[in-house]
Amino acid sequence: MDKSALLKTAVEVRKGIVSSVHSAKAGHPGGSLSAADIFTYLYFEEMNIDPKDPKKADRDRFVLSKGHTAPGLYSALAHRGYFPVEDLLTLRHTGSYLQGHPDMKHIPGVDMSSGSLGQGLSCAAGMALAGKMKGMDYRVYALCGDGEIEEGQIWEAAMFAGFRKLDNLCVIVDNNNLQIDGAIDEVCSPYPIDKKFESFNFHVINIDGNDFDQIKAAFDEARATKGMPTAIIAHTVKGKGVSYMENSVGWHGKAPNDEEYAAAMEELGKAGEALCQK
Amino acid sequence: MSEVKNVATRDSYGNALVELGKEHEDLVVLDADLAAATKTGVFKKAFPERHIDCGIAEANMTNVAAGMSTCGYVPFVSTFAMFAAGRSFEQVRNSIGYPHLNVKIGATHAGISVGEDGASHQCNEDIALMRAIPGMVVINPSDDVEARAAVKAAYEYVGPVYLRFGRLAVPVINDRPDYRFEIGKGVTLRDGSDCTIIATGLCVSEALAAAETLAAEGISAQVINIHTIKPLDEALVIAAAEKTGRIFTVEEHSIIGGLGAAVAEVLSEKRPTKLTRIGVKDTFGESGPAKELLHKYELDAEGIAKRVAAEMK
Repeated sequence: MDKSALLKTAVEVRKGIVSSVHSAKAGHPGGSLSAADIFTYLYFEEMNIDPKDPKKADRDRFVLSKGHTAPGLYSALAHRGYFPVEDLLTLRHTGSYLQGHPDMKHIPGVDMSSGSLGQGLSCAAGMALAGKMKGMDYRVYALCGDGEIEEGQIWEAAMFAGFRKLDNLCVIVDNNNLQIDGAIDEVCSPYPIDKKFESFNFHVINIDGNDFDQIKAAFDEARATKGMPTAIIAHTVKGKGVSYMENSVGWHGKAPNDEEYAAAMEELGKAGEALCQK
Repeated sequence: MSEVKNVATRDSYGNALVELGKEHEDLVVLDADLAAATKTGVFKKAFPERHIDCGIAEANMTNVAAGMSTCGYVPFVSTFAMFAAGRSFEQVRNSIGYPHLNVKIGATHAGISVGEDGASHQCNEDIALMRAIPGMVVINPSDDVEARAAVKAAYEYVGPVYLRFGRLAVPVINDRPDYRFEIGKGVTLRDGSDCTIIATGLCVSEALAAAETLAAEGISAQVINIHTIKPLDEALVIAAAEKTGRIFTVEEHSIIGGLGAAVAEVLSEKRPTKLTRIGVKDTFGESGPAKELLHKYELDAEGIAKRVAAEMK
């Protein structure tokens, strides 16, 4: 998929995020939007996957360690063809398979249930180790939040993955700089994130995580890196694409009301139209 | 009569893993720097490529196992009960229980029979914790024969299983040709008419010895071995209540949340029957030789017999 197509797809993924969270009257738009370009790149370009065969043995795996940004994952999966886009509107509704946090038992394309922060990177490391032991060449991706890495288990997993040289593992840290209680460097700073992963024997790449050129270059570099796992520190804007949500901690876990929803969809609609005219 | 052999069920665990490992290449064992103590060292020696030492990081180990299971492996996560069920409770609950993954948790050093290490390492709460997780099978074998059979059954069962093993060598009581292990099926080991002692784990052999003492005192006690606490053999518990009308439960675990609680739940709802829960009485353990502690906490044959006799007066 070329860059223009990726940009357009990312707008659709963002619309899905805003629509599903609005319909749910709850959920986490901020961190879903900051990572929307990464979700888009992974599911439409990077990963070896087949929506018609979500469980195929040699597929690349993705673990959403920051599981609360499920709306971003679900929107990417739906637009990629794992399930109908209309179903996004059932997010968090009683009886829907689209649970508030990723549920691998019921959602096609979800490789690991998650939601309790800090656990996903360990699961991804287990998948990567399994691939190595089986001599399979699939890759495993894990997306962590920058607040999430305050959890100690992340560093247990990093130690494990670095020690075992799991070069088929790539962790992306969505560094949007905001967590529920405020800026991450004002709550309990995990900085310097890059140096921490380096010291745990990761190859580290810093990028603008909302720039497809840099995203592509980083994932290419990660794939070419042998002998150690890669950590991509993706510097992003929380709420990216919906101006009133951008860099606003209040939109971490809040749904837009009807007016706000209309404004967001109008803005995203215009962004999509502008891309089509290019 | 030949001398009774004593084997710690943690040894049975390691030995059973080696036997299963020969037949099943998808079986992997994970440890957190305790392979020498969990007795998985024998597996490590036999199949070094399928033994993964995760270092002193139980939470990570639990989730690594979860991830491996999604890729077709059958991981046995090995550490002390305190860390398997305690420290890693939420990892087990959310990343193994919730997605119902095919991970087996081999928890050794359960209960006060850990001995000298003392209360910090004596997990008397693990059955309660694991039993509360939907879909989790909880097995507490009584001896070497049963422990090895339980490991095999756990491998063959598809889904999460918590296996509870002990550090202390305990008498082999199930070494008979017709022995069969079935998850969820209790076993009547001794017939009796005055009361029923339902025991689990190392307390089963103690309960059998207690029944001998009680018989000499004129009390006929039925003895049932409940190796699977979840799913509980409700039919057997209810049948015992109907037969003797007086139930005792015995476990090396807190009286809160374990076998006694499970039996109480069934009886109070389906067949109200006078029940006495014998176990660790809502207290922490302490340091001391295992057998002395079992005696002090009245979980040996003498303690069980005294308690039953007193309650039956």
